[in-house]
Amino acid sequence: MVVGLEVHCQLGTRTKLFCGCANDGFGMTANSRICPVCTGQPGVLPVLNKRAVELAFQAALALDCKLAATSIFARKNYFYPDLPKAYQISQYEEPFSQHGGLDTKLPDGSRKRVRIHRIHLEEDAGKLLHEIGSEELDYSLVDFNRSSVPLIEIVTEPDIRSSDEAYAYLTALKEVLQFVGVSRCDMEKGEMRCDANVSVMLAGSTKFGTRAEIKNVNSFKNVKDALEYEYRRQIEIIESGGTIKQETRLWDAVNMRTESMRSKEEAHDYRYFPDPDLVPLHADPVWVAKLKAALPELPEARRLRLASTFALSAYDAEVLTSEKTLSAYFDEAMSGRPKEFAKPLANLITTELLGRLNKEGKSIAESPVTPKMMASLVELTLNNTISSKGAKEVFAKAFETREDPKVLVEKLGLSQVLDEGQVKGWVSEALAANPQAAADLKSGKEAAAGRIVGAVMKLSKGKANPALVNKLIKEAVK
Amino acid sequence: MNHTEMTAVAIADAVASGKLSAVEVAKAHFERVRALEPKIKAFVTLLEEDAMKRAAAVDAKRARGEKLGRLAGVPVALKDNILLEGVETTCSSKILKGYRAAYDATVVERMKAEDAVFIGKTNLDEFAMGSSTENSAFFKTANPWDTDRVPGGSSGGSAAAVAARMAPLALGSDTGGSIRQPASFCGVVGLKPTYGLVSRFGLIAFASSLDQIGPFARTTEDAALLLSVIGGHDARDTTSSLKTPGEALAGLKGQIKGLRIGLPKEYFIKGTDAEVEGAVLAAVETLKKLGAVVKDVSLPHSSYAVGSYYIVAPSEASSNLARFDGIRYGLSSPESKSLEEVYEATRGAGFGPEVKRRIMLGTYALSSGYYDAYYGKAQRVRTLIARDFDDVFREVDVLATPTAPTAAFKFGEKVDDPLAMYLSDVFTIPSNMAGNASISIPCGLTRLGLPIGLQLIGPAFSEGTLLRAAGALENASPFPKLNG
Repeated sequence: MVVGLEVHCQLGTRTKLFCGCANDGFGMTANSRICPVCTGQPGVLPVLNKRAVELAFQAALALDCKLAATSIFARKNYFYPDLPKAYQISQYEEPFSQHGGLDTKLPDGSRKRVRIHRIHLEEDAGKLLHEIGSEELDYSLVDFNRSSVPLIEIVTEPDIRSSDEAYAYLTALKEVLQFVGVSRCDMEKGEMRCDANVSVMLAGSTKFGTRAEIKNVNSFKNVKDALEYEYRRQIEIIESGGTIKQETRLWDAVNMRTESMRSKEEAHDYRYFPDPDLVPLHADPVWVAKLKAALPELPEARRLRLASTFALSAYDAEVLTSEKTLSAYFDEAMSGRPKEFAKPLANLITTELLGRLNKEGKSIAESPVTPKMMASLVELTLNNTISSKGAKEVFAKAFETREDPKVLVEKLGLSQVLDEGQVKGWVSEALAANPQAAADLKSGKEAAAGRIVGAVMKLSKGKANPALVNKLIKEAVK
Repeated sequence: MNHTEMTAVAIADAVASGKLSAVEVAKAHFERVRALEPKIKAFVTLLEEDAMKRAAAVDAKRARGEKLGRLAGVPVALKDNILLEGVETTCSSKILKGYRAAYDATVVERMKAEDAVFIGKTNLDEFAMGSSTENSAFFKTANPWDTDRVPGGSSGGSAAAVAARMAPLALGSDTGGSIRQPASFCGVVGLKPTYGLVSRFGLIAFASSLDQIGPFARTTEDAALLLSVIGGHDARDTTSSLKTPGEALAGLKGQIKGLRIGLPKEYFIKGTDAEVEGAVLAAVETLKKLGAVVKDVSLPHSSYAVGSYYIVAPSEASSNLARFDGIRYGLSSPESKSLEEVYEATRGAGFGPEVKRRIMLGTYALSSGYYDAYYGKAQRVRTLIARDFDDVFREVDVLATPTAPTAAFKFGEKVDDPLAMYLSDVFTIPSNMAGNASISIPCGLTRLGLPIGLQLIGPAFSEGTLLRAAGALENASPFPKLNG
């Protein structure tokens, strides 16, 4: 399987690409975010949104692309009712960036760089509403809220070799775009859309087969399914002696198959030409340097840093980087704290916090336990005020009451007993009450220590400091 | 003195100082419109009621003691491809019949701010495609000097309205000569500003890289006044220049002595009427007497201008006019059974033959496999034409040429021969291709009493110099005045 992906991603700007209308029309009343410019009234002219260019440039920089010193906007001409000017302003021969790549972690743990061929900036079209609740209606309505919303199209080289690789690439891409703040990439809102070019070739061959372009694949899972289907379809055709036609196919997610939409011969002639209404876009080096400096740390670099600086496990580093809000949560809790903080903090976040949030169906942003509270909880465990078990209890309570962990420790009476004399007493009592275990321990069966520890904890109502208990048991049976 | 004889400068002064009311001025012009319009038919829409209201508002503003603008009470006609909010804007096309402008063009906004009074929207060749205004889908406009003849085009209605003194000022648009050629035919001043000096926002696009809005007037001073109002950067048009009209108009005042005038040999060729050439050379002689230095120059790529223009302009037009699809506004065909039928029925019935011809030319020139041979090559020719001008403007300050090869021709004379019609723009097209400044002023009458136009071409933003030279000729011998 040989796959190249084209991903459209909506930029998170305040306004549209060529006019001042708000870029928040999804789910809003139809045609409530429109003006003469984005509905193609006569006499209007486009004015490029600077913020959209900044976000597009940052996406390109994050994807290791080269920015063109000068790029050109072109008109892509075709008739459709959702395209008010009957042309889309896009970029054709001279896109703003080319030649990048994204390091993608594959399911088997290995890494692969998927090369990016180009990224260009363009405007979205409106949306046709065919289903409006009545079968009597034999016409369609058009909503221009989405018309002229800024998009970038990210086109890979044909570097992807399996549906799993495609899935992994899309996951990594979404992560980067969200991290940089280019887009929310909410696929349900159409903020990220994917077309796939698929062909097949014999293992070991270097000559690509004829490709089919699959459109309308609107979730990562759909991409995977569509690629698998298309792969089998093409192989079946070849094995039964047929040839693959170059064509555009549509993914039907309900029936789980692709269907021919138009052949190469029927392909549109878009009559691209440079848009005379827009001047060339120059990437001023000073401006670009500023945008580059403002880029946040990218997920991959962050994972490596978390793992090396804080000695976190690969798993923890991965989890703590998977979402931007979670990264920010971790960073806030860590701020001004020593390195030793990281590991217990990571543990509490990945096990307690995420587990609980997940159970309640809440997001990080909605967490009742703030990063500051979480840090104070870690502090309480690190200075042995509470045990790790106690920390879990405090967390659970704090999640419900939003109270300060320090206050809760007092309220719940969870302070650990660190007094050696008192703990020694419990140890002696436990050894006496469990003669068999005491004997086993003395003869070197260390597994027996568990029973004694358990007994001590029971006697101390869980308040004895575990490290101290272990130490004193060892001393007692020496 | 009849108010319709007054210049815009004089009207604005008189209204601002209270010697004359804007309402009186407007009334006088509408009287003249009523007398002449049945013969001339310059207007697609007359705005008498609106105009009287605006004029009254201007008078009221003065009565309140407020300072009036530079166009106080001056009646202005607008070519019907420039948007005036709330008013029907048709481009003289059936496809836009009934379309009401949703906003004001930038030029309109600026004129409103200076207290101008809009008296109507003028006829044009449909979508500004033509050189005689015969391509209007509605009716033909007559040349006020001889009503059997065309006023030129495409801004024929604006040129005729100013020539017939139905308005002292009008706006036109010039893509290949559409201001200068009708100015020449109607014996008025027509200025095509440097590309980018005047905002195109609110001008219905024909060919975006060539279109410029510019003034018609009966005096050079009035043309300068209107340019100073409409010119200057507009954030809504990113192709508009940061130059101010003041900078472009620097050099308006001063001597002719030492002005270097070039006579490009490619503009004095067989096919140009001898009377036209004679009048142009006589005007150059006048400037020479005033101290100008005249020399022969060459613009070697001139002969490729018309050919490359008829690739670039239709290509851009084919895209610009695609939005008239019957979906959102204008003519539509609700009986159509499919989307394709809506497009075919709307555009088939809505566009006239010349517009269809150019859409087809442009669609072909941009199509896959032909782009490089046509559009790409035409753009390279364009660069060469611009370079010719750059070279020649190192030697001279302005070029003097005929505006058109002939004076106004008769109705029907060229309308069935597109190529002959296209050649009436042979001297005006290069200036659009290069994006520089040019002006047409009257320089005499033919034996038949038809106006002849002199074209002066200068480098980008040399409007002041052009108007200074034009003004010197105007002072030396007043422009011929239409009787009646």
